[in-house]
Amino acid sequence: MQPDEWGRFGPFGGKFVPETLMEALAELDRVYQECRQDMKFQRELEYYLQKYSGRPTPLYKAARLSAELGGPQIYLKREDLNHTGAHKINNALGQILLARRMGKRRIVAETGAGQHGVASATVAALFGLKCVVYMGEEDIRRQSLNVFRMKLLGAEVRAVTSGSRTLKDATNEAIRDWVTNVDDTYYLLGSATGPHPYPSLVRDFQTVIGREAKEEIVAETGRLPDAIYACVGGGSNAIGIFYPFLDDRQVELVGVEAAGEGLETGRHAATLNRGRPGVLHGAFSYLLMDEDGQVKPTHSISAGLDYPGVGPEHSYLKESGRVRYETATDQEAVQALTLLSQCEGVIPALESAHALAAVIREAKTYQPQQMVIVNISGRGDKDLNTVAAYLGVEL
Amino acid sequence: MNRVREKLAELSAKGRKVLIPFLMAGAPSFAYTKGLIPLLEEKGADLIEIGVPFSDPLADGPVIQTAAQQALEGGFRLAHLFQLVEEVRAGVSVPLVVLIYYNLLFQYGVERFISEAAGVGVDGLVIPDLPPEAAGELLGAASAHALAVNFLIAPTSSSRRIKMIAEHNTGFIYLVSVRGVTGERTAFTSELPGLIEKVQAQVGQPVVVGFGVSGPEQAREVTKSAAGVIIGSAVVKRITREPFPVVAARVGDFITEVRQAIDQS
Repeated sequence: MQPDEWGRFGPFGGKFVPETLMEALAELDRVYQECRQDMKFQRELEYYLQKYSGRPTPLYKAARLSAELGGPQIYLKREDLNHTGAHKINNALGQILLARRMGKRRIVAETGAGQHGVASATVAALFGLKCVVYMGEEDIRRQSLNVFRMKLLGAEVRAVTSGSRTLKDATNEAIRDWVTNVDDTYYLLGSATGPHPYPSLVRDFQTVIGREAKEEIVAETGRLPDAIYACVGGGSNAIGIFYPFLDDRQVELVGVEAAGEGLETGRHAATLNRGRPGVLHGAFSYLLMDEDGQVKPTHSISAGLDYPGVGPEHSYLKESGRVRYETATDQEAVQALTLLSQCEGVIPALESAHALAAVIREAKTYQPQQMVIVNISGRGDKDLNTVAAYLGVEL
Repeated sequence: MNRVREKLAELSAKGRKVLIPFLMAGAPSFAYTKGLIPLLEEKGADLIEIGVPFSDPLADGPVIQTAAQQALEGGFRLAHLFQLVEEVRAGVSVPLVVLIYYNLLFQYGVERFISEAAGVGVDGLVIPDLPPEAAGELLGAASAHALAVNFLIAPTSSSRRIKMIAEHNTGFIYLVSVRGVTGERTAFTSELPGLIEKVQAQVGQPVVVGFGVSGPEQAREVTKSAAGVIIGSAVVKRITREPFPVVAARVGDFITEVRQAIDQS
C-alpha cells in the first residue's frame, strides 16, 4: 500500500523529526516521486542492478537441505550473491542516484552489521561522493572486517560511543549529522525505517527481490510458493521480498525477529513480538522500551537485527494479520547457519540464518509437495569471528 | 490566555528581553535541579525550561545528551518530573516550560500527561520531535488546560511552514539559530540577524532564539532583534557533580552576566 500524505500505513509511520529536517524530507519525497515516474531514472537503476550488482540473483532449490529436513521444498533467494554480499546494495544504488539527482556532494549512513555501511561506501565510491558512516563502538568490535572494507572503499567510519553503542545510537548520530549538514548532505538510510518517505522509498528499492522471486518460482514450478520467510531487524529485506506477494493471499508470509538469548531473558530484539507502539527515529512503530518510554537496550548475536525499532509497514502488516512474525534465538541461528553451510555449501549471514531457523523449526508442518522460499539476505563471511567465538573456537 | 503568553506580553510591555535558561531534570541529581530552579529565577530568568531525560534525544548535542544519560543512570523516572515541579512550584513565580520528546509523552497518554502537568503547575511544553501536523490531539488538550505549546522554527523552514507553525503556536516561537543540534557555537552564521527579522515579521509573535547560545556576548547579539534567548548547553555544562554551593555559585554568576548583557542590548 502507499502511505497517506503524512507517511502513515494505518496509524504507523509519519514524520517525527526536528523542524530542521521537515523541508529536506519534503524535498526528498518530491524528487523520489519524480524518479518513480522517470523512465530514464528507472533504466539507469536497472543498469547498475544488473551490470554492477549482478542481478537478477538466482532462486536456488536447496535439495539436500529439503531432504534433510523432510518438510517442504526449500528455495533460497540468493541475495548473498549480490555485489558486496547482501541485499543492502539494492537500496544503496537507488538512493545514491537520488542523492546525485538532488546535487548532494556528501552522504551519511548508519550501519549495524556493516553491510549497509559497506554498500553505502561502495556506491559513494562508484559515484565519487564523500561518505561518512556512523557505527556503534560495540558493532565496530564485532564487525572489524567490514570496518576495514569501508575504509578501503574511501569512507570515513565514525565510532559512536553514546547509549548502547549499536545501530540505534549510530542512527541517532547519522540523523544529527544530517540535521547539521542538511544543505549538502544526503542521508542514505539503510532500512525501511525512519521518517516518511524513507520506509516506502527503501521498500520500493528492495521489491526487486520479491518481483524476481515471483518470476523465478513461477518459471520453474508453474505456481506460487506456499510460504516465504525473511528475517526482520528494521525489515528491509523482508518487506522487499514480501511486498510483491501481499495480494497473493495463499502465500503465507513469515517475518523472523531475533530472540537473542531467549524472549524470557529480556535479552532479545523481538520488537514486534515483545514491543508496543511508540516513536523512535522519526516514525511511529513498534518499539522495545520501558514503562516510561525510554528505549531499551537490545541483544542479538546478529548486529543487523540488534535494533529496538522496526519499519512502520511491518507494524501495519502485523496488526492487519497479513504477516506472521516469529522469532529465533542466537543458538537456533547459529545451528541454522551451520546446517546450511554443511548441507548446501552456502554460509548465510547470521541475520538470514534467523529466517532459516524458523523454517527448520516449522519444516514438519509442511507436506513434501509444498514450497517455501527463504530470503538469504546476505552472506556469512562477515560473521565468521562471531560464530567461531560463539562455538568456542579460537581462530 | 496561558501564563507563558501573559508573561511574554508583560515583559514586552516593560521593554525587557526574555531570558530562558534550560536545565535537565535529575542531572546530576533531583536535589540539584530542585535547588537550582529558584536560583535561576532569583538571578534573572523570566521563564525556566526543564528538560526531561530521554534515551534517544535526536535534537541534542553531546552536553545535553550526557546530562540526560546521567539523569537516567541516576534512576530518573517520568513520575519524578511531576514531583519536581510540584515541589518547586510554590517557591518560584516564573512560568515553567517542559521540554519532552514525544515518545515519553505519548506513552504516558497525551491527555493524561497534559492534565497532570497542568495540575502540578507546568505552564508550557516544547516537543522537539513533534511537528504541528501531528499535534492535533495535543493542541486540543493543551488548550483545555491553558498550557502553551511552543513550536520550533528552523533556518530551513519555508515561508509556508513558518506561517503554518505560527498558526498552531500558543506560546513563544522557538527559533533554532543554526542547522544542527543543541550545543554551544563559537559564532553565529551571518544569516542569523536576517533570519530573526524574517521570522518575526512573518509570525507576529514573540520569537526567542535557542541552540548555540554560549554566553553573554551571543545573548546580547541575539536579543538586539529577538524577543529573547534560550540558553541550554552553556547552563547544563556548568551543572557538574561538584558540591552544590560551588555549582550554584557558578550557575548564578553565569545567569547574572547573561541578564546584564541582554539588559544592555
